[in-house]
Amino acid sequence: MLRIEKLQAWYGPSHILQGVEMQVGRGEIVCLIGRNGAGKTTTLRSVMGLAGRSTGSVTFEGTSLLPLPTHRRNALGLGYVPEERRIVQGLSVRDNLRLGLLASTHKRREQDVIAEIAETFPRLAERLDQDAITMSGGEQQMLAIARAMVSRPKLIMLDEPSEGIMPVLVDEMFALFARLRDEGTTILLVEQNVELALGIADRAYIMDQGMIVHEGPAKALLADADIQERYCSV
Amino acid sequence: MEGLSLDLVVLQLFTGLALGAIYVLLALGMSLLFGMLTVVNFAHGAFYMLGAYVGIMLLGVGFNFWLCLLFVPLVVGSVGLLCERFLIRRLYGRGIDYPLLLTFGLSYIMVECVRIVFGTTGLQFDTPDALVGATDIGIGYFPTYRLFVIAVTFVVLGLLWLFLERTPYGLIIRAGARDPQIVRILGIDVARVWLVVFGIGTGLAALAGLLAAPLQGASPEMGNSILAEAFVVTVVGGMGSLVGAVIAGLLVGVVVAMTSLLAPEMAQVSIFALMAVVLLIRPQGFFGRAGLMS
Ligand SMILES: Nc1ncnc2c1ncn2[C@@H]1O[C@H](COP(=O)(O)OP(=O)(O)O)[C@@H](O)[C@H]1O
Ligand SMILES: [Mg+2]
Repeated sequence: MLRIEKLQAWYGPSHILQGVEMQVGRGEIVCLIGRNGAGKTTTLRSVMGLAGRSTGSVTFEGTSLLPLPTHRRNALGLGYVPEERRIVQGLSVRDNLRLGLLASTHKRREQDVIAEIAETFPRLAERLDQDAITMSGGEQQMLAIARAMVSRPKLIMLDEPSEGIMPVLVDEMFALFARLRDEGTTILLVEQNVELALGIADRAYIMDQGMIVHEGPAKALLADADIQERYCSV
Repeated sequence: MEGLSLDLVVLQLFTGLALGAIYVLLALGMSLLFGMLTVVNFAHGAFYMLGAYVGIMLLGVGFNFWLCLLFVPLVVGSVGLLCERFLIRRLYGRGIDYPLLLTFGLSYIMVECVRIVFGTTGLQFDTPDALVGATDIGIGYFPTYRLFVIAVTFVVLGLLWLFLERTPYGLIIRAGARDPQIVRILGIDVARVWLVVFGIGTGLAALAGLLAAPLQGASPEMGNSILAEAFVVTVVGGMGSLVGAVIAGLLVGVVVAMTSLLAPEMAQVSIFALMAVVLLIRPQGFFGRAGLMS
């Protein structure tokens, strides 16, 4: 579904990604792990067209992404929840959700979406008219995920969704990811919480210094303390 | 203060509000452009001037003033759209000085074109017949046209508020002003939104110029002098804040009017003194976000 080949990316003069090779198949949860500064965020940003200069090839369902502007990549069915969440200050929870619906390519009715939110994210449904930025970190993360999901992306990329969030909420969030996958959404997950991530992922890639240094079934990696020690310990 | 009756002060307050209304219309556009596009539009004064001259042209081909109120912003707004689409758009993301220099140049071109077509001397702009004279506002007679300027400004403010707060397009604009990147991530073509914003901003400037013309006539340079004042209003209100533009615009208008009453020679200076005081106390202006300029 998503195929990344020889992806290189630069921020100004610094060469960050040095030939990343990854694939995400339909219906999978694939997790991308690695130390801080390895290039995980840059990889996702590059797929979304937000990194600096990028070369190589990124295709999504056969469409080449690199020439496309960010909003067109979303229209193809790519959702992205950035590390910083980017909840829009001064907008209510409802307006933040609406933003996810406004792109002309997604035709869904607001009432249907709100009803769906109420089921999946009851906490958000209770706070629809609250200024979104006043919610707790966990609630904001839920909102960021909900906002990316309202347009029903085929593939959603999440960057460290569990960062700075209470353990109870993290468990809830990972249960949600598993459910989304079962309902047909493909997920590319960047996580520092290696054990949890490997626990729900089908496959995993390990990144170091802008390259993929290891890949394999999540179960195998979970059992391999040596590799985890080498590439993931902070 | 003896010799100044309360009525006179209140009447002067209204004069200030009418002047402030013009500032508000100008500063709204500037603030909108800065807040969303981080473009300091030095051509804003030229669009204001163009508003007056396009009004003169339309009146010349048989439009009445009321139709001008509608068509002048549309015509000048379209000129603004073209400038954005073909010139300014190329400079986004290159820092604040590139668009600044470009719009500075654009303003010279527009002023020079108007000089060539309409001559260098100013033109008179008659107050529309229905608005000539004065109206009793309870405490005395006040020029009807000035009341009209205040009223139009409040109607425009109301419409703009409805547009920004109650329409999907407005939501995109508000979100885009805060964080264009997330708007793109969510699948929205921000460039198209910016185009609309530029059209609205320049259209508002043109409306201000048209409304000001019966008060002070039209001249090719009319935009230059008011640009500095509109800039002060934008800074005092807080760059990027629309509420700030409204409050600061009215405040500056009133301050100018009151100073004219008490010490006419200080009127121009008072604007900049006000700015200095506000910025010393609150560097980001009334409603500006701290650090926006850095
Ligand atoms: N905007 C940027 N400008 C310059 N360098 C950056 C920028 N963002 C990230 N980097 C650098 O790119 C490298 C990879 O960062 P990142 O992709 O954020 O890593 P990760 O998400 O794996 O922690 C780091 O060395 C970081 O310093
Ligand atoms: Mg990161």
